[in-house]
Amino acid sequence: MPKFTLDGNEIEFKPGETIIEAAKKVGVDIPHFCWHPSLSVSGNCRVCLVEIEKMPKLAIACSTTASEGMVVHSQSEKTLSARNAVMEFLLINHPLDCPICDEAGECKLQDYAYQHSKGESRFTEEKVHKDKRVPLGPNVMFDGERCISCSRCIRFADEITKTGELTFVQRGDRVTIVTFPGKEFDNAYSLNVTDICPVGALTNRDFRFKARVWDMSATKTICSGCARGCNIEVWVRNNEILRLTPSQNDAVNSFWMCDYGRLETFKQVHSNERINGVYMKREGQDVKVSWDEAYANAASELKHLNKDQIAVIASASSTCEDNFMLAKFAKSVLSTKHVDYIPHVVPGSGDDLLIREDKSPNAFGTELAGVHPAAGGLNRDAILDGVKKGTIKALIVVDEDLAAMSPEMETALAKLDVLIAVSTHHNRTTALANIIFPSATYAEKNGTWVNFQGRIQRIRPAVTTLEADRTLDNLAQSRLDKFGTEYDRWGRSVKLDARPVWKIFAGLSTAFGNKMKYTTAEDVLIDMGKSIDAFKKLDYEKIGEQGVQLELSAKVKA
Amino acid sequence: MAEKKRLKDLTVWQKAYIPEIAKGLALTLKTMFKPKFTMEYPEVKFLPPSSYRGRPVLVEEAGGEERCVACGLCARVCPALAIEVQAAETEREKERYPERFEINMLRCIFCGFCEEVCPEEAIVMSKDYEMVFNNREDAIYGKDKLLVSVSQLQDRINFLRSHK
Ligand code: SF4
Ligand code: SF4
Ligand code: SF4
Ligand code: SF4
Repeated sequence: MPKFTLDGNEIEFKPGETIIEAAKKVGVDIPHFCWHPSLSVSGNCRVCLVEIEKMPKLAIACSTTASEGMVVHSQSEKTLSARNAVMEFLLINHPLDCPICDEAGECKLQDYAYQHSKGESRFTEEKVHKDKRVPLGPNVMFDGERCISCSRCIRFADEITKTGELTFVQRGDRVTIVTFPGKEFDNAYSLNVTDICPVGALTNRDFRFKARVWDMSATKTICSGCARGCNIEVWVRNNEILRLTPSQNDAVNSFWMCDYGRLETFKQVHSNERINGVYMKREGQDVKVSWDEAYANAASELKHLNKDQIAVIASASSTCEDNFMLAKFAKSVLSTKHVDYIPHVVPGSGDDLLIREDKSPNAFGTELAGVHPAAGGLNRDAILDGVKKGTIKALIVVDEDLAAMSPEMETALAKLDVLIAVSTHHNRTTALANIIFPSATYAEKNGTWVNFQGRIQRIRPAVTTLEADRTLDNLAQSRLDKFGTEYDRWGRSVKLDARPVWKIFAGLSTAFGNKMKYTTAEDVLIDMGKSIDAFKKLDYEKIGEQGVQLELSAKVKA
Repeated sequence: MAEKKRLKDLTVWQKAYIPEIAKGLALTLKTMFKPKFTMEYPEVKFLPPSSYRGRPVLVEEAGGEERCVACGLCARVCPALAIEVQAAETEREKERYPERFEINMLRCIFCGFCEEVCPEEAIVMSKDYEMVFNNREDAIYGKDKLLVSVSQLQDRINFLRSHK
């Protein structure tokens, strides 16, 4: 590979690579606002100017291709003074009110102002005033004064979503961003511009002013919105999710996520409908009972029945670990053959960028984990039919609101001898259940999901339940989590009594006299690897931050 | 082992005891006729100078609005984690305001960092040192107790400005 010299070190580059790209690969971050790895080069912010020997003037590192033997200085006196000058220009008309701006704490302009500028303004004239708080669309708010005209948002709309709603108007210091006449900035991915906008000019209308970034903890996990499995970060303060942001994974979602995933998938974690504690129906009323009592009760009710009359419906939103335990419990403890899950595919809802038609995050993993009818068992439709006909007398259903499917189904469910609902939320099915086990949501447990590509990725808990502890269970902690006590209002977070599905099935199994020796979700995964080829020799460390492509046999792929 | 020597052996005079007592009593007698130092609190109140750091309060503008823009810097700098601010959006020019602003007076150590960091001169140390509560919940002061009109705080604000 050819080489060039950057700040005295020889670094390798691929022909055609720009200086900024080559430097990034070896961990040298040349300051930049307008350059973004997945957008075209615009070269308008000028902050990436570097000194190149034998070149008459400084050149911008984002559009200068590296060449053999080039000698580049990114820290020389000339470079630094140019950087200072660019920063001073950018700050001439930029308001100096970071305390009000929502980007403060994660703003490139703020960071670079600390690192590369004089710390004081020589500009005494009146700053240019532009429109503030302009809604560009239903989700994105624009502040003209904070914009540094880097054009990242315009290029995003042109190149990534190819919807092209945004443009610059005016010239010089009057330049600003608008949507084309009669257009709204309303596409399925619009909120990504709030992440790539280097300043606080574009903000998320859902999150604006809700919290300071330094008061939240961030947990890397996976979006639950569809089978894509976008890598995301969950931002939590006081045990409450306040926003989701995408995190880079080139094999899955690049830098992006869709607005649906960002806005609609986390609010349910804190909905009032969440089930808190185990309930049993007594004289038509749901009564709170202890876990052990409910396990024992479920076991004694199910033991009476013929195993052909029992069916289990799993959820494609549960983790592989959850579903493996479910399948194991159904097939080896209950000895029923009737196990299946219900897919949630919305034809025509997908697109070429990220959004998939399959709205479950783990349908692939659910099947791999063994959730399918055993030989001679009933499949999903046959199970539901059996419920209606009365041949199925007991049903265990995980996170699926079957009663909402049809009034006929609702009456049929009410007639069952035993209906055990494992559910995150109260719904029409739990209203009919004899026993309700509260399950933890994706934001409250460890586990793995397999996306539509067959890539296994980890989900991590960001919100604590009653049985978990931020410190002991290694959850991400904010400053407030570390020092809060029960006497601080901000220390009094809501913790629900809910457990991951795999633990609930392990508990049921124990009540049947089959003790399962797993203490963590990882134990379950490692055990899965022993019996299921696709999961062979996997553990959480191997799956890591970016996930692993499963090696699937041709049969599974088909 | 060498015999331990006392640091200070008493002299004969001191051992005699009586003269030392007399000396002490003489001091008491002398002080009795000097002007009184003690303040008869609470009948007499102590009026602190403007450099005094009493409980932190929020500055309320003449129109009844708080100055605070809920930036959260005071909450961030507070070494005792006494402050909690919840920002919200407003139509007013300042864009954001504190929907909730609470200081836990049991946590506060009266260091004045919040006052120092505030970009809006919106939180200042008052002269109030009388804080009474008989449970932990009451020790958390909300906006109702924290807002004090700017006219009452002018003394402190002038002091701060003169030391900028
Ligand atoms: S709004 Fe943000 S991303 Fe768009 S041009 Fe301005 S600074 Fe750049
Ligand atoms: S594309 Fe799917 S996985 Fe990605 S953010 Fe949207 S809903 Fe979530
Ligand atoms: S005076 Fe010090 S301890 Fe008290 S609220 Fe202000 S910063 Fe916190
Ligand atoms: S530092 Fe000042 S403006 Fe910011 S939240 Fe505290 S009191 Fe309000």
